Amino acid sequence: MAFKIIVCAKQVPDTNEIKIDPVKKTLIREGVPSILNHDDANALEEALKIKDKWPDTHITVVTMGPPQAKDMLIECLAMGADEAVLASDRALGGSDTWATSNALYAAIKKIGDYDLIFAGRQAIDGDTAQVGPQIAEKLGLPQVTYVTEFEIADDKKSITVKRALEDGYELIQLQTPCMLTTIKELNTPRYMSVGGIFDAVKKDIAVWGAADLGVDTEKEVGLDASPTKVYRSFTPAPKGKGEILEGDTENDIVKTMLVGLKSKHVI
Amino acid sequence: MAIHVIKENCKGCSLCIKACPFEAIDLVDKIAVINEKCTVCNTCVAACPFDAIYTDEKAAPTNDLSAYTGVWVYAEQRAGKLVNVALELIGEGRRLAREIGSDTKVWAVIVGDNIEGLSQECFEYGADGVYVIESPLLARFTTDGYTKVLTDLITEKKPEIVLVGATHIGRDLAPRVAARLNTGLTADCTRLDVKVSSYIDYADKYTTQDTSDLDPVSEDKGLKQTRPAFGGNLMATIITPNTRPQMSTVRPGVMTRRERNVGATGETVKVVPALTADDIHVTVVDVVKSAKDLVSLTDADIIVAGGRGLGGADGFKLIKELADKVGGVSGSSRAAVDAGWIDHAYQVGQTGTTVKPKIYFACGISGAIQHLAGMQSSEFIIAINKDPDAPIFEVADYGIVGDLYKVIPEIIAEWDNAEVLYEATLDRSKE
Repeated sequence: MAFKIIVCAKQVPDTNEIKIDPVKKTLIREGVPSILNHDDANALEEALKIKDKWPDTHITVVTMGPPQAKDMLIECLAMGADEAVLASDRALGGSDTWATSNALYAAIKKIGDYDLIFAGRQAIDGDTAQVGPQIAEKLGLPQVTYVTEFEIADDKKSITVKRALEDGYELIQLQTPCMLTTIKELNTPRYMSVGGIFDAVKKDIAVWGAADLGVDTEKEVGLDASPTKVYRSFTPAPKGKGEILEGDTENDIVKTMLVGLKSKHVI
Repeated sequence: MAIHVIKENCKGCSLCIKACPFEAIDLVDKIAVINEKCTVCNTCVAACPFDAIYTDEKAAPTNDLSAYTGVWVYAEQRAGKLVNVALELIGEGRRLAREIGSDTKVWAVIVGDNIEGLSQECFEYGADGVYVIESPLLARFTTDGYTKVLTDLITEKKPEIVLVGATHIGRDLAPRVAARLNTGLTADCTRLDVKVSSYIDYADKYTTQDTSDLDPVSEDKGLKQTRPAFGGNLMATIITPNTRPQMSTVRPGVMTRRERNVGATGETVKVVPALTADDIHVTVVDVVKSAKDLVSLTDADIIVAGGRGLGGADGFKLIKELADKVGGVSGSSRAAVDAGWIDHAYQVGQTGTTVKPKIYFACGISGAIQHLAGMQSSEFIIAINKDPDAPIFEVADYGIVGDLYKVIPEIIAEWDNAEVLYEATLDRSKE
């Protein structure tokens, strides 16, 4: 029987490209590209590696987002995924992680059978790392987060993973089905292939609204259903600019610095 | 709760679109239209010069939340030792508890096996009480086991606030617990407030926001959870108005632990968990401490960090040399990690470690926003960069425009002479 993998992905703005307008203190988002979230690319790559080994593996990428998230799904298909699903509806807008996990849970239930779910550890726009574990909770699946090494036995059931800790790692065994969240140390995502791009644009991407997902738009998804709300949002205040040290030679500058540090009781 | 546009007032000037951090406004037929990306952050309301945008009334709490009392801290232990952030959070939890009310208590929750001895340390760092959940099945962290025992205890005891350190373990456990309780969770907080007046004090001092619309004597004692988003480009304060407990994960290194009060005591409650081997679906075969140098960026008094300006992996030898000289540890920007010059464990910044050492040397680091987010609370920042326009100089206390390969060796050579050099300047000024 074909091995079935679901990959959860998100389209994000490339936050490295975001700058602050120094006068208005607002984000300059013009020209900031939307990309496949980094950790999610590692999630997809790991699924593709399984497909390299067992070619009858079926990979479905699922995302929640606005209609333009289709571009990212096309990229995933071009990398080698078989199928893509976009959960998209005005009623899903403003969802926090709890509500997002409700929508993605519903989408995964609708996709049906799966042996394994991969998700990126976190998205670079929110950095919460909460949606993967919260989907797993709703599906009643065991999870391992921060996966840096992955191995699956030939029985397609027994999985051994390394999970990164701040000062080392854990070696963990578990059985399919399960949820694994991935970080960049796991692998190097492949590029889209020319053939892949050619095939990808011919594939249909399923777009499911709230009604298709069967979610309650009052109680399960969207802004009002979300238990967390934005109270305020703002840009951080820049720290006051300090002093540029001057001197004829590097040695002079360093001496000035050391004297200054002493006089300010920093050292 | 939603943002609305008064079509008659809208001039189609698109200022709101530029102000919106979420790309949630489109211009349709020269009128602003709010789309599904809106999070009701209210940035556009302030940005509109024509009073054409407003927020409708916030929904009043509908659930009865009064049964929930007290502040809990999940006191994470690894191999029988409390992690630093646990002690930081006990201090912070105590501060928040007393803001809620003089008789509100902070409880530490320790989960593991044979860990009761740790409760003393919790008391000494400020806990009023400690829940000890012990079982041989909890000897090692598993998501399944720890989620179950923690969720069961929260359901029974009903705390108002639950704080968890945003470690790899805390960020695995907390979302699972919050989902099971169907409550909100705010990730990676860097600031917490209960009283509106405290929030105003914080906001006025450290942020650009206008707080004139906030009422300093408000009765509101909901937890205001402030966190960076968009790689630190934007800060958001999040509330959990209708569900309890209010849950946050908090970045290690940002809260301050209390001074240790040796001999302090409090109430210990032992909890016998309803847990069986069937509840746990993973096997932790081994926990391995990394052989690489233990990088303890959060504990370091001095950090010497290198970035893209080093030009290659070899540059970190010089960084290490300076770090050894000044009694500090090496750090890195994301660019140097991404280039493969140094391990991720050394990374300072939004996606790395948040630090606030006494002295931070930024060497060849341009100062991308995501890096600044992780180090700008350092007490004293010294930046060395060739480019006089590098953003790092905006946050530096001392800036040196120059070649780090010439400057750093001079610092290493002269460091021990600082006292003598300083004395010499005093003598000169006396003359």
